[in-house]
Amino acid sequence: MTTAQPPLRSPPDHRRLIVKLLALVAAAFAFGFALVPLYNVFCEATGLNGKTATKIGVGGLNAPTAAGAAAAPASRIDRNRIVTVEFTGTVMPGLPWEMRPLTGRLDLHPGELHQAIFLVHNSSSTAIVGQAVPSVSPGQAAQHFEKLDCFCFKQQTLAPGETREMPLTFIVKPEIDADIRTITLSYAFFNVAESAAATGSAR
Amino acid sequence: MSQDHPAARSLDRSDDAAPPHAHTDGAQHAAPHGLLRWLMTTNHKDIGSMYLIFSLFMFFVGGAMILAVRAELFQPGLQLMQPEFFNQLIGVHALVMIFAALMPAATGFANWQIPLMIGAPDMALPRINNWGFWLLPPAAVLLMLPFALAVFGIGDGALATGWTFYAPLSVQGGIGVDFAIFAVHILGVSSILGSINIIVTIFNLRAPGMTMMKLPLFCWGWLVTAFLLIATIPVLAGAVTMLLTDRHFGTSFFNAAGGGDPILFQHLFWFFGHPEVYILLLPVWGLMPHVLATFSRKPVYGYKAQVYSFIAIGVLAVVVWAHHFFTAGLPVPALLYFMYSTMAISLPLAVLFYCWIATMWRGAMSFETPMLFAQGFIVLFGIAGLTGLVLADVAADAQYHHSYFVVAHFHYALFAGGIMGVMTGAYYWLPKWTGHMFDERLGKAHFWLTVISFNLTFMPQFFLGLAGMPRRIPDYALQFAEFNAISTVGAFILGLSQLIFAWNVVKSIRGARNGLPRADERVWEGAQGLEWELSSPPPHHSWEVQPVVK
Repeated sequence: MTTAQPPLRSPPDHRRLIVKLLALVAAAFAFGFALVPLYNVFCEATGLNGKTATKIGVGGLNAPTAAGAAAAPASRIDRNRIVTVEFTGTVMPGLPWEMRPLTGRLDLHPGELHQAIFLVHNSSSTAIVGQAVPSVSPGQAAQHFEKLDCFCFKQQTLAPGETREMPLTFIVKPEIDADIRTITLSYAFFNVAESAAATGSAR
Repeated sequence: MSQDHPAARSLDRSDDAAPPHAHTDGAQHAAPHGLLRWLMTTNHKDIGSMYLIFSLFMFFVGGAMILAVRAELFQPGLQLMQPEFFNQLIGVHALVMIFAALMPAATGFANWQIPLMIGAPDMALPRINNWGFWLLPPAAVLLMLPFALAVFGIGDGALATGWTFYAPLSVQGGIGVDFAIFAVHILGVSSILGSINIIVTIFNLRAPGMTMMKLPLFCWGWLVTAFLLIATIPVLAGAVTMLLTDRHFGTSFFNAAGGGDPILFQHLFWFFGHPEVYILLLPVWGLMPHVLATFSRKPVYGYKAQVYSFIAIGVLAVVVWAHHFFTAGLPVPALLYFMYSTMAISLPLAVLFYCWIATMWRGAMSFETPMLFAQGFIVLFGIAGLTGLVLADVAADAQYHHSYFVVAHFHYALFAGGIMGVMTGAYYWLPKWTGHMFDERLGKAHFWLTVISFNLTFMPQFFLGLAGMPRRIPDYALQFAEFNAISTVGAFILGLSQLIFAWNVVKSIRGARNGLPRADERVWEGAQGLEWELSSPPPHHSWEVQPVVK
């Protein structure tokens, strides 16, 4: 097929296509960050990943005396079952505290109101603000583990050398899956001031 | 020649096309010589060669790392290294092999072949092409520098989290993680630049008459790859950026202290990570039908079916990611969705396998080295596909997850599928690039040693995984000793066999000095397509006059 082509071609204009493709790159980058809130919304709505449903926690925090009312369905106690709840606590690097549960494990009937106490000690010579973050395992148990009051609902300040008993009041709801016989509640204590300082120094 | 060998489509070159040796680059303009030529080149052939040489070099670097790992695993107990160093080696091995060996090899192929195949004088964006390549060496240095720094007492070595960077381990890790994050950023920029270049080239520079449905399948495979890269590399860049700010700037994307979630990292990572598998494999699937058709002396079977399968796999690739962490505690509906969607990928893939086999069906087959590698690819990659289906089963995956079964599976996919696919292409096109044939006897020796030692290395790992040996451990229980010893022996044969390939490439480049015959323009008797109408090697500037495709 002999065609009279010019010997050297003038290059076609690529700019419009390049701009479109760069827009696609930017959109994909933005999508990555958009997944963060989308993911949290999804997990909170479904109680996944051991994220205990916040709406329950807030109810317990606002009205500890109305615990009975908030936990109305839980007044039904399932005496036929026994669930073991194990407690554990870790102090994350950067926080010179020690933490241990006074009660290592509790055997209880679903629906009963119980309290567990953690002993927390500040072994440093300065006052430090810490925040405990809970996690429930297995994840399926999280939505049935109801914290009515908890030291993890707010930041805790410990004076130098202070030791404090920190209480947690909770109910394991009777709706919990029959297969679950053991629930582990673990706390990780973080240094609030240090992460704030890290943010500050970075800026 | 196109009359002798019925082609899928008939191609015709303009009569006044540049004769093969009408000019050399030196005669046309004063090109820089020596190092500067390679630093400043914008020629797609030069850049393609640089990508391929870099890839081969890094292939041996990554291979040396894993041979050290296999030596440690030869016997139970710790003999050669501490677990921390072991962890660094496996993670950097994976990153080097994926980002610095396989991906640059595919990009090198694209640079060399796409302009030749579509009748374009060069890539559309030659300067960006140059930049895309020269970002790679610094990124590779960044990735491995912590090894050297640790020798001088700075930091505690390279990334020790495995290539997946899982948080919270990666949030707490040493400077190796930071180096790896920046290396991934740079590699990502390089990949995106390369992808944009390839898409613009294919869309804008095709010869007159070459419609999208006449585009060679290799170009189609790369086109889908390029879009996948553009869609997923930025998500990885975002994920490692979040990791960086979690580590140093007080954010809490994955840090539970501030309400972050480590599982979020797994979602973000595998949103990139799963398509990455197809990014590595689509260029190989694209070149496979060219090789099979050539050595079966038949047209490609099912061109359209293959194009649609590429696109279907590209789309499915971005919606199946969570099958990499079935055991992380996903809700049952999500498990079911990710299981079924993952298994659905086997449908378009089965179409590809069918087309590959049908292309050879009743053909006048001959078994030169590229064809041998293609055959090996089909069989061994088939094993990767079948074991992948086993892993996709949620119920079965609970047992196989994080075991050596997974290691064996993805090496069947990425060594037998990826590397052997790349070897297929390299042997197929090497005479076109160098102008001389390679040593066929060495090529066949390379193939047989590779295919036997590959199975010797990885087949036992399936059984180790089934028996319960977890991956990423430097020491293991006594009952795994025999299979690990076999695997290590296989790995050393496999690694050393690849030196044959390097020697064969050198021989082909040296050409006549090694007594190898010149390659004519078509190289292989049954080869079809525009690229085979140019001389071997093609002139420095090719297709300055557009060919016309009927």
